[in-house]
Amino acid sequence: MPERRKVVVIGSGPAGLTAALYSARAQLEPLVIEGEPSSTSDQPGGQLMLTTDVENFPGFVDGVMGPDLMGMMRAQALRFEAEIRTAKVSRIDVTPWPFEVWVGDPEADEPTVLADTLIVATGARSLMLGCPNEARLLGYGVSTCATCDGFFFREQPIAVAGGGDSALEEALFLTRFASKVTVIHRRDELRASKIMQERAFANPKIEFHWNAVITEVLGDTKVSGVTLRDTVSGEESELSISGLFVAIGHEPNSSLLKGQLELEDNGYVRTFGGTTRTSVDGVFAAGDVQDHYYRQAITSAGSGCMAAIDAERWLEERGE
Amino acid sequence: MSEKIETLTDATFDEHVKASDVPVLVDFWAEWCGPCKMISPVLEEIAEEQAGKIRIGKLNIDDNLDVTRRFDVMSIPTLILFKDGEPAVRLIGAKPKGQLLEEISAYL
Repeated sequence: MPERRKVVVIGSGPAGLTAALYSARAQLEPLVIEGEPSSTSDQPGGQLMLTTDVENFPGFVDGVMGPDLMGMMRAQALRFEAEIRTAKVSRIDVTPWPFEVWVGDPEADEPTVLADTLIVATGARSLMLGCPNEARLLGYGVSTCATCDGFFFREQPIAVAGGGDSALEEALFLTRFASKVTVIHRRDELRASKIMQERAFANPKIEFHWNAVITEVLGDTKVSGVTLRDTVSGEESELSISGLFVAIGHEPNSSLLKGQLELEDNGYVRTFGGTTRTSVDGVFAAGDVQDHYYRQAITSAGSGCMAAIDAERWLEERGE
Repeated sequence: MSEKIETLTDATFDEHVKASDVPVLVDFWAEWCGPCKMISPVLEEIAEEQAGKIRIGKLNIDDNLDVTRRFDVMSIPTLILFKDGEPAVRLIGAKPKGQLLEEISAYL
């Protein structure tokens, strides 16, 4: 028989680890299936593992490094004896109860774990452009992680694709290294917050290329440039750069949940009534997988806390 | 850090990697790289489990630019498996343990 747990948390970003912390303190002995190492998708620790300074997490007066913050959240959950397993969930089935969770072979007859309640906190990942050569040159000048790769572009011209906060954050960070950073945005105004826009406009190393989409990444063994198409005139041009950082937005890590939980049209998990309840009784969702609006570490942590409390009460009501 | 993992530098790289009887997996990393931290425990496990069949070395790119440039590392973590002193496999980005082992299995 597979092992049975009161609470299984899928994911280990701020939402997953906060859910683990709260349910561990409530003596529910949660199992966290944290994911497996990756630089681009659903890695343990979540999206903050790909950042540097987090300046807006309350309590850290001078800021904190993203990976350090996640290390501390993990240690705190472990202190209350949450169990954290470095593995990736390959399949869930929430039609029977207890819910069934597979790790490894998704076709295996028996699930790996049975869960009385399930907290889904699988987060979101960076969207890619999907243009020719982008995938081939990933790691050879194309990057989704400015903090990982910015260092390699000292005194070189680079570009950031995107117009939101993460794009400007990356652009500002990259000015530490690059000779020039061109922000390529498909519209003529930014989605980013006022403070980030002001910082970016004030930075002499940042230039903006408005109304442009990247149609191709150029380069043989490493990036040499991009082809741009003007969204207004349709004209094509080339920009010589040695690095391209993609920050055009996110998509939820919800492929595991398709056909299991009700999703919004954009793929995010639907939650109900201002709680973390999903369309399936006993399954809760927290963090970026159910939030395409706030998407902050602190809101994720907050909803992780909500999910743990929702799960605890659900178990209580059932007399579990 | 596990005793099984060697610290490589610009000065010691060649003697460690070129002279090795077994393949050497070199982890190009830096303190400020989150994904590098994720794969550290994975590499320690592999070093323990595959002792004798492979050696694992870590090279801090901040302190060792020569070797980093020599192998055109442009993204970290980058893992390069050296066989007889020559690069045989190159893996960019953090990867799960199973996938790492699979990619290098032909050389073990």
